[in-house]
Amino acid sequence: MRKISWLLATLLICAPTLGLAAGAIDGGSKQAINWAAIGMFIGFVSLTLAITYWASKRTVSAADFYSAGGGITAGQNGLAIAGDYMSAASFLGISGLVYTSGYDGLIYSVGWLVGWPIVTFLIAEQLRNLGKFTFADVASFRLGQTRIRILASCGSLVTVAFYLIAQMVGAGKLIQLLFGLEYWMAVVLVGGLMMIYVTFGGMKATTWVQIIKAVLLLSGATFMAGAVLYKYGFSPEALFAKATEVHPKKTAIMEPGSLISNPLSAISLGLALMFGTAGLPHILMRFFTVKDAQAARKSVFYATGFIGYFYILTFIIGFGAITLVSTDLAFLDAGILEKTKSGIAAIKGGSNMAAIHLADAVGGNLFLGFISAVAFATILAVVSGLALAGASSISHDIYAMVIKGGNANEQDEVRVSKIATLFLGLLAIVLGIIFENQNVAFMVGLAFAIAASCNFPVLVMSIFWKGLTTRGALIGGFLGLISAVVGVILSPAVWEVTLGFAKGSAPVRLDNPALFSMALAFVGIWLFSILDRSARAAVDRDGFDAQFVRSQTGIGAAGATAH
Amino acid sequence: MLSSHEKIEQDPNYQELVRRRSSLGWTLSLIMLVIYFGFILLVAYAPKFLGMPLGTGVMTIGIPIGLFVIVSAFLLTGIYVSKANSKYDPLIRKIVGGSRS
Repeated sequence: MRKISWLLATLLICAPTLGLAAGAIDGGSKQAINWAAIGMFIGFVSLTLAITYWASKRTVSAADFYSAGGGITAGQNGLAIAGDYMSAASFLGISGLVYTSGYDGLIYSVGWLVGWPIVTFLIAEQLRNLGKFTFADVASFRLGQTRIRILASCGSLVTVAFYLIAQMVGAGKLIQLLFGLEYWMAVVLVGGLMMIYVTFGGMKATTWVQIIKAVLLLSGATFMAGAVLYKYGFSPEALFAKATEVHPKKTAIMEPGSLISNPLSAISLGLALMFGTAGLPHILMRFFTVKDAQAARKSVFYATGFIGYFYILTFIIGFGAITLVSTDLAFLDAGILEKTKSGIAAIKGGSNMAAIHLADAVGGNLFLGFISAVAFATILAVVSGLALAGASSISHDIYAMVIKGGNANEQDEVRVSKIATLFLGLLAIVLGIIFENQNVAFMVGLAFAIAASCNFPVLVMSIFWKGLTTRGALIGGFLGLISAVVGVILSPAVWEVTLGFAKGSAPVRLDNPALFSMALAFVGIWLFSILDRSARAAVDRDGFDAQFVRSQTGIGAAGATAH
Repeated sequence: MLSSHEKIEQDPNYQELVRRRSSLGWTLSLIMLVIYFGFILLVAYAPKFLGMPLGTGVMTIGIPIGLFVIVSAFLLTGIYVSKANSKYDPLIRKIVGGSRS
């Protein structure tokens, strides 16, 4: 009963907040209040809260909380993985990038997709066969539990923290634009709903929120891309011809532009995008929600299909916005248009709004409301997945395995993860407010760089390399983690843009550190493993054969809990 | 007396599974790496090549190449999954059956 009253209380708190928003419109670049959007958003929130209530009744054990009891099917998990990955940053960000730079947007989409085949070929099945709740289960399978769990938790929590800050700041800005809410209210609303989903519904609720959002986002994007192509008689050539005619960069939007300036930067970014995917804790966690390795493998295949399809849609949406948004005065800021003479630069609310305005252009006010609500839902779903991954790392890896030495009471463990979720939610709200006016674009890149330089090398070496020892993994993993963070701070994006040092003074010329931080991690792991002559090292190497048999066959793997 | 994993290691089905899965997994990973970094190197060193018009319109050669990378990621994953479903899973069932007897 207490749970119901909690949910009701929150609904009541949210409702007047949305109502208040009506008083906060017309400020600067804020959108006029959109009742259709608010109605659909309230519909989405009510549905997801109902699901959370349903899931809370069925979330009893630790396995329910962390992995939905292993009862998610491959198709559902494929959608949920795609949902985790298709964040507002990729939907609005990539379509906005295509809108301003054309082809460059495609380079990012490609980079964000190609990590998935690697996950399928090398990680998904092995992960399911060896682990239970977190990827640290796998990395520490035959190594020294305490030290490896601490390393994996540091990697997970730092990745989650940076990703979470980027999402919260983006959420605040976006909701401010879409619904006319104050920035801090938007951040508190997102943080509050996220805490409810995760603490009450655990992985079950988080997965279903993710699935619903993925279906809504895919259908909305399909409709928009379809409407754009329909206008050009389903001829991409006609669409591109019109776009190159109206875009100030003309045919330059059909080739790689200035976004990627130096070749080493391009390769480094490529490495971070490709291998970072295989080291994101909230994605890796999804493989434990299905019943076996076969389902894990199928779910990545479905996810790859959904994500690839979605990126093709965003490319069409970006070009559609060039032709339909930048040419329509209703979507442009008259002042900026006067100064720059460019419809691209004058878009109301900045380039991230390209897809939102296009929704209005092709589907009218009702569809605009739908897409706005979907964008909000997207942020909510992604932050929930991140919070759950962070909380699991704290409760399962640190509390249950390190502090309690693997002998924690299951109820206590679940309670700790709920407390950790509340703590992470509050932290995300506070950091979201602190970073309001900071440039946080580098944070997603940093999260990928850390995932690629700490989590991925430790994980893949522990699965495939017999010679890996605890000491090697520890030193190499921390080398990757620290060099990635330092590399980002010394890069032009942070040193010059965020910290304000003179242009050209950045000590590291790469925008993304993955090229050297990944190399340092792998070399460190290898070198300190082969030099390791300790007694622990012998135990580590001896454990490999049994681990390898289990990773290949699944004999002994944690099964699905029956309900 | 052999431990259970040593018994499985001697099962010819297991040896076949590991050989096949490793060779396919690493080969497909390598193909994906070559395709993707081939694309990145073109972006970095030959942006003008990607900007070459295809035919008489504004469509450039870079668009189908970019789409090819996206589609190839999906197809390579599909190849692995269909092989694994049809070949590896029956082998795993045999191994699991054998280890119980």
